Amino acid sequence: MTTATASHDDHHHGPEKGLMRWIKTTNHKDIGSLYLWFAFTMLLVGGAFAMGIRAELLQPGLQLMEPQFFNQLTTMHGLIMVFGAIMPAFVGLGNWLIPMMIGAPDMALPRMNNWSFWILPFAGGILLSTFFMEGGAPAFGWTFYAPLSTTFAPDSTDFFIFAIHLLGFSSIMGAINIIATVLNMRAPEMKLMDMPLFVWTWLITSFLLIGAMPVLAGAVTMMLTDRNFGTAFFDATGGGDPVLFQHIFWFFGHPEVYIMILPAFGVVSHIIPTFARKPLFGYSSMVYATASIAFLSYIVWAHHMFLTGMPVAGELYFMYATMLIAVPTGVKVFNWIATMWKGSMTFETPMLWAVSFVFLFTIGGFSGLMLGIVPADIQYHDTYFVVAHFHYVLVTGALWGIIAAVFYWLPKWTGKMYNETLAKIHFWWAVISVNVLFFPQHFLGLAGMPRRIPDYSLQFADFNLISSLGGFAFGASFFLLTYIVIDCIRNGKPASARPWPSAKGLEWTLEPKAQYHSFNKPPSRALIEAESQNS
Amino acid sequence: MSEQEYYIPDGTYWPIIGSIGLTTLFVGFANQMHGAEWGGSVMVLGFAITVFMMFGWFGLVVNESNNGIYNKQVDRSFRWGMSWFIFSEVMFFAAFFGALFYARQLSVPWLGGADNNIFTPDLWNAFSASWHQMAFMAPGSVTDTVLQSGTVMSFPAVPATGIETATPAMVVDPWGLPALNTALLLASGVTLTFAHHALRAGHRNQIVGWLVATIALGVAFLGFQILEYGHAYHDGLKLTSGIYGSTFYMLTGFHGFHVTVGVIMLTVILYRVQKGHFNADNHFGFEGVAWYWHFVDVVWLGLFIFVYWL
Repeated sequence: MTTATASHDDHHHGPEKGLMRWIKTTNHKDIGSLYLWFAFTMLLVGGAFAMGIRAELLQPGLQLMEPQFFNQLTTMHGLIMVFGAIMPAFVGLGNWLIPMMIGAPDMALPRMNNWSFWILPFAGGILLSTFFMEGGAPAFGWTFYAPLSTTFAPDSTDFFIFAIHLLGFSSIMGAINIIATVLNMRAPEMKLMDMPLFVWTWLITSFLLIGAMPVLAGAVTMMLTDRNFGTAFFDATGGGDPVLFQHIFWFFGHPEVYIMILPAFGVVSHIIPTFARKPLFGYSSMVYATASIAFLSYIVWAHHMFLTGMPVAGELYFMYATMLIAVPTGVKVFNWIATMWKGSMTFETPMLWAVSFVFLFTIGGFSGLMLGIVPADIQYHDTYFVVAHFHYVLVTGALWGIIAAVFYWLPKWTGKMYNETLAKIHFWWAVISVNVLFFPQHFLGLAGMPRRIPDYSLQFADFNLISSLGGFAFGASFFLLTYIVIDCIRNGKPASARPWPSAKGLEWTLEPKAQYHSFNKPPSRALIEAESQNS
Repeated sequence: MSEQEYYIPDGTYWPIIGSIGLTTLFVGFANQMHGAEWGGSVMVLGFAITVFMMFGWFGLVVNESNNGIYNKQVDRSFRWGMSWFIFSEVMFFAAFFGALFYARQLSVPWLGGADNNIFTPDLWNAFSASWHQMAFMAPGSVTDTVLQSGTVMSFPAVPATGIETATPAMVVDPWGLPALNTALLLASGVTLTFAHHALRAGHRNQIVGWLVATIALGVAFLGFQILEYGHAYHDGLKLTSGIYGSTFYMLTGFHGFHVTVGVIMLTVILYRVQKGHFNADNHFGFEGVAWYWHFVDVVWLGLFIFVYWL
């Protein structure tokens, strides 16, 4: 076919011109950039919702909004951050980095890659449009428990359901693509245990996505038919059970939290060895620990449901299984610390983010351990302690990993260096304000303040005030981040091919601004060994 | 194209057309459910765009494949893609099977007062738990109780029509049409394998014969399934007859949808065989469809055992 052959030759000449480049692109770097900018936009949208929430909670009483609208904000904040910001950002990082790291020219299924991105703006549009519908946006929390989401939900819920379907298609296609890429496009000389940890963690994450997202699709499909076609899955009057919804949701939901954190583990495992100037400690134990975490994530889901009603044997099983996750996670934290032990450490911006990740994510891990203990969870359940916990793992965990990755690989993406002074100011601004924001929420929760509530008793006023002020400062820090990234793209000083001298990885053997197609010829065994993390 | 070079396809408009199609379909569907007059036509339009996209995108790939643009590596990528797509489908069905097991083993017995559920006799005095007869309760009994207690302001109407005293065998006899359908689908798996052997041996007439047989068996399955739906519906088993009706129709319905898609895929493959698109070594299109068909087959076995038989 002449057109296909002709256009195939074009690949060596770089991207098309104009807007259509972005619509039609099959290039992993273009698609990665689209994902990252989309995720950043959604981060700002979800962040704006969070500012609304913290503004209402600044002082007791109802000041700014109706409780119903407050609930819409918490719901949409969660949904947008999980499905619109964190997950697409990691897929964007995977797109950008995986082909470069495994010595491939591009992803295995580039047209499908394009589609998995181009579903997202439509799904996000449908989701956000619910704000303007009669009855408002979904207001039942991002976990959309039945019967709040079935019997008592506004009409816009059906649009939300279809948005989730679309987001699920996108994630599944993205995951299939990454599996095919890692297993089939890897340089022939690269063995599995030569792969960088970001590639490993994403490969394992892909299996989590393919296992979990279809179950979510099943859950929302049951919601759809319960709402509109008279089925009784979550309706006790027909023999179903609202608790069934929670089981199905958390069978998806617990793997989902590892979907959002495993790639961040990978990122940190790249950055710490580079700035500690030592090889990664325990490469293979990192791989096995990641796989163990992924496996365990499928068999612990009901620890989100200790107060829902469950036989005691079930509570005990889910508690012990949950505790077990601390073992492989502990292995990872130990390895990061052991990598830094007696290293010649320097603290460039990516390292600051990575070290604070280890510190703050571990706090979130410990509070998770507390929540996993049944008798303790009876006290903590549905309080601000839970909110503090999952924001420590998702903001100072997942989001920290993403920001660390952006600073670490920005020179490779743009060929330019960001402003180190500004980036450090931004880091300290963010890391202090995020703790002012979330740390007091532990105390609020332990004192009994419930989550998802627009008003509260007077004894919670002080900590809420502190938390809100921290929240506004943290929110404002993203303006500086935006400036730093755009300033780097437009005015950055040229970077060398390996701006971090002790960084390892095939991506650093490419040109300073990685060429449009990463590797047209697979790298040699010698090069792969020289750049391997497993040495 | 040589084996040493990588293949990267050029960009197309099909993905964005697909996104527009699916969005139109879903927006139309949601509005249709909410009573908008235009919802149905928008939904049909969205469906048409999606089908157009699939014709265009698959057609493009078939053309490129026939022109020898793809190499073995591309073929392997397609294989990984198809196998993990099928796995994702397995997990989708797993959600519905999970709902079935949960309702059957836990929620229905609990509603009947199993374990320590002390509230059941008060709220559900007309109730005795039995898996197949979830639309049993006398109309109004539950709703009234709840309303009198004053704890719930509005409550969904109880499904009023039901199978009053149905025993499992009266709901759907597994050894009638379902057993016949099991035989049909299993046979279709065998005929498809014969077609594959014929393809590898290069006997086109045999391929066509076995493929036509497979398609005929698939269509017969669908016909009997429609017949059986008619019987079940006539006997009062509906989507609205409680959790058994819900799981029964959702599981068999999604399965029937997958069989329909599979029959369409087999028909396309039949057309492509007649056009001479495949040879003994290079026929991933055929194999991908065969995998899908076997997957549909295995899901049916699960359905037959857990929905009809036990």
